Amino acid sequence: MNLTLILFIVLASVAVASAAGLLVSRNTVYAALFLVLNFATVAVFYLLLGAPFIALAQVTIYAGAIMVLFLFVIMLLGSEKLPRGQALPWQRPMAIILAAVLLAEAGFLLFQRLQLTASLANPEASVNTTETLRTLGMTLFNQYLLPFEVTSVLLLVAMVGVIVLTKKEKGEQG
Amino acid sequence: MNFLLVLEWLIKGFVWALVLLGGFAYLTLYERKALARMQSRLGPNRAGPWGILQPIADAVKLIFKEELTPAKADKLIFTLAPVITVVPAVIITAVVPWGPSFEIFGYHLNLYIADINVGVLYIMSIASIAVYGIVLAGWSSNNKYAMMGGLRSTAQMISYEIALGLSFVSAILLAGSMRMLDIVSAQGGYWFHFIPKWFVVLQPVGTGIFLIATLAEVNRAPFDMPEAEQELTAGYHTEYSGMKFALLFMAEYTKMIAISAIGATIFFGGYNGPFVDKFPWLGPIYIFVKIIILLFGMIWVRATFPRIRYDRLMAFGWKVLLPLSLAVVFITAVGIILAQLNPLLIIFIPVASLLVAGVAVALIDRTLRRKDYARR
Repeated sequence: MNLTLILFIVLASVAVASAAGLLVSRNTVYAALFLVLNFATVAVFYLLLGAPFIALAQVTIYAGAIMVLFLFVIMLLGSEKLPRGQALPWQRPMAIILAAVLLAEAGFLLFQRLQLTASLANPEASVNTTETLRTLGMTLFNQYLLPFEVTSVLLLVAMVGVIVLTKKEKGEQG
Repeated sequence: MNFLLVLEWLIKGFVWALVLLGGFAYLTLYERKALARMQSRLGPNRAGPWGILQPIADAVKLIFKEELTPAKADKLIFTLAPVITVVPAVIITAVVPWGPSFEIFGYHLNLYIADINVGVLYIMSIASIAVYGIVLAGWSSNNKYAMMGGLRSTAQMISYEIALGLSFVSAILLAGSMRMLDIVSAQGGYWFHFIPKWFVVLQPVGTGIFLIATLAEVNRAPFDMPEAEQELTAGYHTEYSGMKFALLFMAEYTKMIAISAIGATIFFGGYNGPFVDKFPWLGPIYIFVKIIILLFGMIWVRATFPRIRYDRLMAFGWKVLLPLSLAVVFITAVGIILAQLNPLLIIFIPVASLLVAGVAVALIDRTLRRKDYARR
């Protein structure tokens, strides 16, 4: 039982508890905050795996930008309290079935993985070297250049789409 | 992990926290004094000689004040929000080096708390977390003014974060690293023996964008929309009193110090200065002086400019700062490629970026002269 394992167990319980809190909470602001906590613990997991760049990018983008926008929208619409009862009657059985499928899939993969033990990448190999960032950049811009560019074009299209949607028509007052 | 190292970390962290908190107290006095001078007043001068005990008097007053919690407030978040605001403000400067490392009594001492290879990204991520405290303070108060303040701060901080990040990118490109120590050491030395190699010389426009964006990021005038008195009484901290208010206030001023320290490190050469390689103890003094000068700049701006209207604030962030900072990143990258051909061509970066900034200013001037914009 080393320090990393203890840390992992503590963090994992926080992650699971915050995920459960997100589902159970009836106040959407609390749900969003649980999700922020969850993202933060996942970022610490990345740190444990020796990937500081991914960890901090996770905090910046998910906790710092996306969840702030979530909170913004929740507060702007004033929809903090979720109503009791359900909007869609078939939602709950469907969710149970899908969750069971996901769980079975994850369990199957996990037990298959256990047989080929130690296939998990050795984190010591990449811990906190200055080179990781360089390697990441090189891989991204050499090996995966096309997917990278396609992703950025996709984001650009989304941006243009938003501008077109919110643009005022000629003669429209507003 | 040896005991001495842990002790060193503890002492350094403790000292830095004390510097930030003491600095916060005296920054309030400094600001009040400087503002008073600029407005032909005397400023606080009752408590102690020249009013130097004023921060202590303020602290005593705030501690003994009654703390009110609105009846319909969300108690848990209302209590947590000031804490959530203070913590990022205090921890953000952990990666800022405040002097070169040196030997003292045979012990090798590094004058920084953490040296991580993604230091600049750490600053970005903590800065992006900092907005939560304000938003939650605004929401949990259950007061429409506070709520509006919180919403405004969210929109404003997210908008200006992008320009802030892109201004960091130009510095990262110039230094070739995200590590704060590398960025500082890349700014050591001189051109022609007298121009310091600070990034403010290489990338003046990037530095300008950084300074403007940070004003918005720490909600300082002229971007202090979250607490615009005339419209929102006091914005997100309307319902706070006593020590909870003091914590929010503390976070604001600590953030000012932190942002100045970060700006001094990334764009103004950090602890570099004359003779710092011979006498390492000069390093902390240089960075301290640079922080004071940047803080004075913030106070000066507050005394000079009126608050920007909210729609123009957003328009300025998205339509001016964002394209300009993208252009600056592009120019910096081109300049670095050119400098590989001939080191003298590095002059392309300041010249081209100043030209682009000049064009941007001319365009804004033209737009503001148009009648239809002025009326709206």
